[in-house]
Amino acid sequence: MLTVWAILIDGFIYASWLFLVAAGLTVIYGVMRILNMAHGSLYALGAYAAASAIGWYYAGGGSQLWMAFAILATCALLIGVISGLLIERGILRLMYGRDEILMLIVTFAILLILEDVMKLIWGTTPYFAWQPYAGMGRVSIDVLTVSGYDIMVLCLSVVIGVGLWFWLERTRIGKILRSIIHDREVSEAMGVNVRRMFTITFVIGATLGAIAGGITAPIISVVPGIGIEVIVLAFAVVVTGGLGSVTGAAVGAIIVGLARATSIHTVPQFELFIIYAVMAAVLIFRPHGLFGQAIARKI
Amino acid sequence: MSLQKSEAIMIAAAVAIGLVGLMSPNWLVFTTTLAVSKALVVLGVVMLMRSGLVSFGQGLFFCIGGYAVGMGGRFLNIQDALLLIFIGFVAAIALAMVLGLLLTRYREIFFAMLTMAFSMILFGILVKSHGLGSTDGFTVVQWSVLGWQPESSGMGAFWLALVLGLLVALFLNRFFQSSIGLACEAIRENEVRVEYMGVSRRQVLYINYVLAAGIGAIGGSLTALAAGHVDPEMAYWTISGEFVFIALLGGTGHVAAAFIAAMIFALVRTYAVELFPNSWQMILGIVLLLIILFLPKGIWSLFTRQKKAAS
Repeated sequence: MLTVWAILIDGFIYASWLFLVAAGLTVIYGVMRILNMAHGSLYALGAYAAASAIGWYYAGGGSQLWMAFAILATCALLIGVISGLLIERGILRLMYGRDEILMLIVTFAILLILEDVMKLIWGTTPYFAWQPYAGMGRVSIDVLTVSGYDIMVLCLSVVIGVGLWFWLERTRIGKILRSIIHDREVSEAMGVNVRRMFTITFVIGATLGAIAGGITAPIISVVPGIGIEVIVLAFAVVVTGGLGSVTGAAVGAIIVGLARATSIHTVPQFELFIIYAVMAAVLIFRPHGLFGQAIARKI
Repeated sequence: MSLQKSEAIMIAAAVAIGLVGLMSPNWLVFTTTLAVSKALVVLGVVMLMRSGLVSFGQGLFFCIGGYAVGMGGRFLNIQDALLLIFIGFVAAIALAMVLGLLLTRYREIFFAMLTMAFSMILFGILVKSHGLGSTDGFTVVQWSVLGWQPESSGMGAFWLALVLGLLVALFLNRFFQSSIGLACEAIRENEVRVEYMGVSRRQVLYINYVLAAGIGAIGGSLTALAAGHVDPEMAYWTISGEFVFIALLGGTGHVAAAFIAAMIFALVRTYAVELFPNSWQMILGIVLLLIILFLPKGIWSLFTRQKKAAS
């Protein structure tokens, strides 16, 4: 029974983290039909910025927890908006209208560039920002103790999920975005400025990635390569749930999160294997993911 | 079957490379060997690209070829390099025959992601296999070719790679002109119409995928024989990304393009890593963007473009 509780708690905490990482990816794909391989690098950029800023704050004698979080949030937002704008305006804009698969390779090129940009800025030594994590203390649930920080990540993930849903389903911009998802050409004919919507979407997606990185920075040691590890996980989640669907990303995150937690508590050797096995299994039965929609084939 | 002009050129080029290899410093021979081995895997990616599919998981077969050589030598005490390569080839074909049943149902991004997932599954398994050295991998034992023990394994692997590379290139050159090879290009253009003409697209894609896997495994085996070491990184998705990069660099215009691109890649990397150790990937990324923008058909289009202008 204890194992079941442990699996559920770990599974949902991990799922909430996965959702944070995958949300930006799925929003960008949904609207722009670009599967952004550089999403992991945006995550890593956010993590580096947050880790170095928090490290700087605590090294300067600061000790306020709320200040640390304010710094973390500001860094993630700044990084997300700046790099999002640079990538979309500087590179992707030149490539619109090409094949989806070619866009995948374009974002792969951006990933390669960003990996080295980060090495040039932050070097290869690891960065640590454990203070906020330790500062949140631990909460005990029955006999298990859970870190307060993890619970905060879970809450943040729910907030972001609901926020995204509200943005897409209840606001004016959301309605326009859904019209683009539905039929890009018709919405353009109706006077929608698709280019500007693309910029907005990409910046928001990129910022979500940077926020995920910033919030993860206190939990891990920030080293080169974290973005590359994360992106395959995010892909697995998004593809399992159905590309381009926020609900799908949430469900995919929960399935993958629970599967991984089950594996860790029962057969730890299969930890990495299980994530992709779940994805492959879902795709065998639902080729476009759980919430994905099939596209009409071209004649 | 008469020899085509481009085949004669390829044979002559292989002989020339062999002769130059005899006089070259060791590092250049080694780089060439690895480039030729890599080019074989890249040819697999090119084959899939010709049918409109991009694989981000060709490292799967690269790794299987490599591990087949390593494990065959270590656990089965097989010394003969050709037999080891054959084992890898068969293993890759067998796996591809199963995966192909599933993968030929997918296109575009889904194909790319699924191939990547399968490659990462192998990576995950190998990393957790302590008997196989976990993340460190293990060394490949001494090998021989048909009883002949090469004095230096560097030269031996070089000749092996050259001969096998040439054979595969000649075979693929014919394959691209065969009805299945041409059907692949037709599928890329419009697969529904291919069905209307009475060709089974799944059958064509399946055969193409399985062949690409086998050739990828040969490349992996050669790499293992030359480098004398295998590790799980071979199945990591960034390695597969490298193969896609080289395939785009060369283009799908001709078999030889993959070899030229692989060699350029290897040489540029040798110098770039020395000169700018922390910017190698950045250079790669920028070049990749430039290719997509200005040379969408790869460097091979430079040759054909000149030919057209001349005539």
